[in-house]
Amino acid sequence: MIAYALQQLINGITLGMVYGLIAVGYTMVYGIIGMINFAHGDVFMVGAYVGIIVLTAFSGMGIAAVPVGLLVALLVSVVLCGVYGFTIERAAYRPLRGSFRLAPLISAIGMSILLENFVQTSQGAKDRAIPEPIPGGFKIMQQHGFVVQMSYMQIAIIVTTLVTLGIFTYIVTKTPLGRAMRAIEQDAKMAALLGVNTNRVISLTFVIGSALAAVAGIMFLSYYGVINFFIGFNAGIKAFTAAVLGGIGSLPGAVLGGLLIGLIEAFWSGYATIAYKDVAVYSILAIVLMFMPTGLLGRADIEKV
Amino acid sequence: MSTMLSLSGVTAFYGQIQALRGIDLTVEKGEIVTLIGANGAGKSTLMMTICGNPRARTGSIIYQGEDITQCAMHDIARKRIAHAPEGRRIFPRMSVEENLLMGAQVVKFADYDKQLALMFDLFPRLKERINQRGGTLSGGEQQMLAIARALMSKPDLLMLDEPSLGLAPLVVKQIFGAIRQLNRELGLTVLLVEQNAYQALRLAHRGYVLVNGAITMQGGGAELLARPEIKAAYLEGGH
Ligand SMILES: Nc1ncnc2c1ncn2[C@@H]1O[C@H](COP(=O)(O)OP(=O)(O)OP(=O)(O)O)[C@@H](O)[C@H]1O
Ligand SMILES: [Mg+2]
Repeated sequence: MIAYALQQLINGITLGMVYGLIAVGYTMVYGIIGMINFAHGDVFMVGAYVGIIVLTAFSGMGIAAVPVGLLVALLVSVVLCGVYGFTIERAAYRPLRGSFRLAPLISAIGMSILLENFVQTSQGAKDRAIPEPIPGGFKIMQQHGFVVQMSYMQIAIIVTTLVTLGIFTYIVTKTPLGRAMRAIEQDAKMAALLGVNTNRVISLTFVIGSALAAVAGIMFLSYYGVINFFIGFNAGIKAFTAAVLGGIGSLPGAVLGGLLIGLIEAFWSGYATIAYKDVAVYSILAIVLMFMPTGLLGRADIEKV
Repeated sequence: MSTMLSLSGVTAFYGQIQALRGIDLTVEKGEIVTLIGANGAGKSTLMMTICGNPRARTGSIIYQGEDITQCAMHDIARKRIAHAPEGRRIFPRMSVEENLLMGAQVVKFADYDKQLALMFDLFPRLKERINQRGGTLSGGEQQMLAIARALMSKPDLLMLDEPSLGLAPLVVKQIFGAIRQLNRELGLTVLLVEQNAYQALRLAHRGYVLVNGAITMQGGGAELLARPEIKAAYLEGGH
């Protein structure tokens, strides 16, 4: 039934956009310093919590305009998560740079546990929920009594993600900062020889990646309406998988990988069983990696240097 | 003449391995100075140590009257010391234009166009290739780009590590011509490492001979060229 498939497509794209936003943060950090930032999923979780705190404060003040509240939540979350990202890099990764390869990885896992426990103790271990921020939606079509819906929230998520990715793409491809990031990725020592302050650019990479995770956190919160301190783990693993599927280090690959995983999840849950959706995701990852070890858009280095 | 760069007692290490053993060297403003020495003598290390990586363990590096021994790499670059290091190190996934923009990191944007025009005069080839990815340029084109990228920062001191490596004689001639021209017309100070000791000593005002991380000989270019021990060690078949 075409209507049902269309509905899964809409759901899958929405979810995939959120994964894509988080995946970009993994792939950016990997590209520039070659490490997997395992705390990234938890920055996303913190972003969602900042959102719930701001929204609660808004309704506490008796301000009913939820879209305004969401926008403020988004901005506050982006700023706070940026600060978190900056701090994590400074405190947990920079001191270990140049040490053995596993050291920052272990430190990242430690950071992840720290953030989860911090949120668990300060915000409680129970699920937190918000009322649906923007109810309603478009009826796209109807077939045999099945209504295809695109909620206003889904539209908001897709538009926000596209705008965020647009700004991000502009920064990476057109600005001196983005150029410096790519230069460090390709040859960090040469970038420094040309006057790039590599530590500063690495800091900013964490800030930007964390800001994207914050946007994803707010999107997740407004889409599902329920969060807990553990969402960072699941979403983080999915987004990391998306980054690997798209080709770790490739920014368009991260978005593509996110979309694919969102779609696989949506269609698998829609047609097979929701219980095994994660198995489906990882099976497809395994199959892709067997035939394309560098992921879908990852590059095998062929240039002469 | 005033001194552009002076090193005294500089040592540098890679882990336990000592690569520089007490280097004393000066470069005057407006000079072309060359370093010659066998493979592994420490020429590239000396240049990189001036740039701050590996850092000098002892001794001091004074640049335009300022001690830069402990400066960060990017700060040294901002003091207008440009280095086109060994192996060209072009950013392979950036266009020629972006590579040049990277070189211009430290200059005001207003100077960029002027400097770019100057590079296109020196290496017209780069203008034709402006949108091509660095990694797909030919070896010679990459070398031109490496030199142009270093020059984009309007350096006071330009360091070139084996700029003629792997290039056809005609291109080598062109690059040496460009160095001479920049030195004469703009007063650019150059520190040059070159496999081809004959050509390097002919181009340079002065030269230093590096053996096993220490300087064993120094003198005017022509003077060194005439020395029998130089002829025997470095010039056999060199021209
Ligand atoms: N990254 C490194 N780690 C360890 N040892 C190094 C490193 N780089 C250079 N060396 C050692 O330091 C010494 C000096 O090397 P350097 O590259 O400065 O020589 P060079 O004079 O430039 O030689 P060439 O003419 O072959 O380029 C050599 O013995 C080399 O093996
Ligand atoms: Mg060398």
